[in-house]
Amino acid sequence: MAEKEDVTEKWARIGMPEQEPDKRRENFEEVPLGYTPEMAVKEASRCLQCKSPSCVEGCPVEIDIPAFVQLIKEEKFDEAIKKIWEKNRLPAVCGRVCPQETQCEGRCVLGKKGRPIAIGNLERFAADLARREGIEDVSPKAEPSGKRVAIVGSGPAGLTVAADLLARGHQVTIFEALHKPGGVLVYGIPEFRLPKKIVADEIESLEKQGAEIMCNTVVGRTITIDELFDQGYDAIFVGVGAGLPRFMNIPGENLVGILSANEYLTRANLMKAYRFPEYDTPIPRGRNVVVIGAGNVAMDSARTAVRLGAETVRIVYRRSREEMPARAAEIHHAEEEGVELLLLTSPIRFLGDEEGRVAGMECIKMELGEPDASGRRRPIPIEGSEFEIVCDLVIIAIGTGANPLLTRSTEGLELNRWGYIEADPETGETSIEGVWAGGDIVTGSATVIEAMGAGRRAARSIHEHLTREGRSPESCGV
Amino acid sequence: MASGNVILNEIEAPLIAKKAKPGQFVILKAGERGERIPLTMAEADPERGTITVIYKVVGKSTELFKNLREGDSYQDAVGPLGQPTHLERVGNVTCVGGGTGVAVLYPITRGLKGAGNRVISIIGARTADRIILEEEMKSVSDELFVCTDDGSRGHHGFVTEILKKVLEEETLNLAVAVGPVLMMKLVSEMTRPYDVKTIVSLNPIMIDGTGMCGGCRVLVDGENKFACVDGPEFDGHKVDFDQLIQRLGAYESEERESSMAHRCRLDR
Ligand SMILES: Cc1cc2nc3c(=O)[nH]c(=O)nc-3n(C[C@H](O)[C@H](O)[C@H](O)COP(=O)(O)OP(=O)(O)OC[C@H]3O[C@@H](n4cnc5c(N)ncnc54)[C@H](O)[C@@H]3O)c2cc1C
Ligand code: SF4
Repeated sequence: MAEKEDVTEKWARIGMPEQEPDKRRENFEEVPLGYTPEMAVKEASRCLQCKSPSCVEGCPVEIDIPAFVQLIKEEKFDEAIKKIWEKNRLPAVCGRVCPQETQCEGRCVLGKKGRPIAIGNLERFAADLARREGIEDVSPKAEPSGKRVAIVGSGPAGLTVAADLLARGHQVTIFEALHKPGGVLVYGIPEFRLPKKIVADEIESLEKQGAEIMCNTVVGRTITIDELFDQGYDAIFVGVGAGLPRFMNIPGENLVGILSANEYLTRANLMKAYRFPEYDTPIPRGRNVVVIGAGNVAMDSARTAVRLGAETVRIVYRRSREEMPARAAEIHHAEEEGVELLLLTSPIRFLGDEEGRVAGMECIKMELGEPDASGRRRPIPIEGSEFEIVCDLVIIAIGTGANPLLTRSTEGLELNRWGYIEADPETGETSIEGVWAGGDIVTGSATVIEAMGAGRRAARSIHEHLTREGRSPESCGV
Repeated sequence: MASGNVILNEIEAPLIAKKAKPGQFVILKAGERGERIPLTMAEADPERGTITVIYKVVGKSTELFKNLREGDSYQDAVGPLGQPTHLERVGNVTCVGGGTGVAVLYPITRGLKGAGNRVISIIGARTADRIILEEEMKSVSDELFVCTDDGSRGHHGFVTEILKKVLEEETLNLAVAVGPVLMMKLVSEMTRPYDVKTIVSLNPIMIDGTGMCGGCRVLVDGENKFACVDGPEFDGHKVDFDQLIQRLGAYESEERESSMAHRCRLDR
């Protein structure tokens, strides 16, 4: 009897308490509330401590997952977080936004019979506890090397490069185009999924360790890559993200009330427009909102619209539920909050009123045909199935492209045919000596942890380059 | 200089001042809670390390800017953004400016004059006391016409009336128009039949100014362009001005609400 109970215990994953959907529809506070220590210990106890753990392979930065989970189980919470910090500088962020189901948790053997260990929840727990108790990362710092590195862009890629190079004794300066550092973590991902205080604290801690951050500096405009070298930087890392919004290019798209998700989310998050007029930046509040697209960005937009008081919020997506690129948890959260999914539907034109404001959208029904290049079944319009829907706010979340501002103004920087920077996947080296790149500007829109992984690899390569140069100064040919 | 509700600010921004070229803009933000406001620069002085913007107080943000005293600082200033004006010698040029648009027009006019063009300038405003930079414009133009809506200075009427005469009398190679959207639209319509290439400087709503939000998209020759990276100057014969006017009004009611809330706070 007792044994049987033990077995069920093994398979029952401890869920994380959440704000009730009805309540959270009305606020921008975080939805999942975090584990208590008891919950964390209980969840950690399910770990089988595999000899060759496959979860670690699933983590792009190779956190020693079994080790930190074991430390949580033993209630050595401060050691647990230190174990994580060895590989990941932003665990409070990753524990919240990583797509664990396709990464670490996707590989967990427990997942074959039941539910995998809630690695993300545990990582978040350890990180939040450390934040609350003021435990700091006091990893020993290398002797100052006298080398200076310029980092362009303060998203997860840039922040990781900064942290890793600081630890190795190099001086770093981060140049950021916006007035606040953090990249997508501050302008894109909403407060209810990633509290901005967490990002601000991480950045403050980097500054304490000596990072210099220059906001309001658009590299390529305010200053160029060449000028950075002239100023004596020994190496440059480019992590400017993939911030160019794509539009549908269908009739009526420039009507008032049709925004890119970038604009909508930036207004809400970076400019805090959800607190208008207390903050000065306005945001359109739609009654009937449509979000086009079905990735995380679409879910974030839809859930923001719910919180801004929309009566209906509909996600319009041309394929079916299975193909939706957003995390299952986010789709679930959105539906719980009342977001409707209009699947196998594609917009064909927008309809406006006499003042040029969007008033509706004509759509066509789709069916799935043979798989296309991406391996997903290609959506095909069903003739004669056109229909109209009423809407007064449309958010376009169909992806982004490479922002050409820096790349266009930097001669000799090789790009691929989509405008992303060509960089060595192992080292991040670009076609210009002394310039590295990583994150979304190399891969196209990906994930926070992949950008961090790229940052880590680039930092390693930059460090090797700088220490090599140190030995033979005549070879620094930049 | 501040006459009526027109404000001039000289801002310390050495990095921007060093790089700024005529036609480019900056984004300013007044405080922690402020909006990001794009303004095209009137002047950049690399020696002093300063840039100058001139604008009309229209909403809450510009009202906040106005209340900055000497020595106060903007919380944020970023730039220079956008493409600089293409300044080359083409022959006869007319530079048409309305209201505070003259502030933006002035460095362009100076540049065109410097490039060896013959420049005929036409500037206008509602009333005489709203005419700005008249002396400066005069110093960089071969001929200068001033117009006011109420006739309190110069020609009684619109800049387009003078432009019409100039078009009839001269062979122009280029026109540049900066001012209210409606003025730029009328100027472009007027030069079209004469086949005079016309450059306009647009100021649509935007947030980041680096191509990230897409709020500033304008239809140019049937194609979407981002004013922040492709502009702010475009061929006036190809811009869809009616759409631009509609898009500029997107937040009208919010702006009223914000200004009201601001005034109430000040009154308290
Ligand atoms: C709404 C949204 C939700 C997302 N949700 C998730 C999620 O749940 N999980 C997940 O893993 N990933 C998510 N992503 C993706 C993830 O955020 C990105 O993959 C990641 O942030 C990329 O990091 P990065 O450092 O390459 O670039 P970014 O985070 O884009 O940062 C680039 C920075 O560079 C700055 N910059 C750009 N040009 C210049 C210049 N010329 N000079 C100076 N600075 C410049 C930008 O202002 C920006 O701050 C989401 C993305 C969005 C937009
Ligand atoms: S960083 Fe992301 S992938 Fe790695 S263990 Fe944590 S949640 Fe999993």
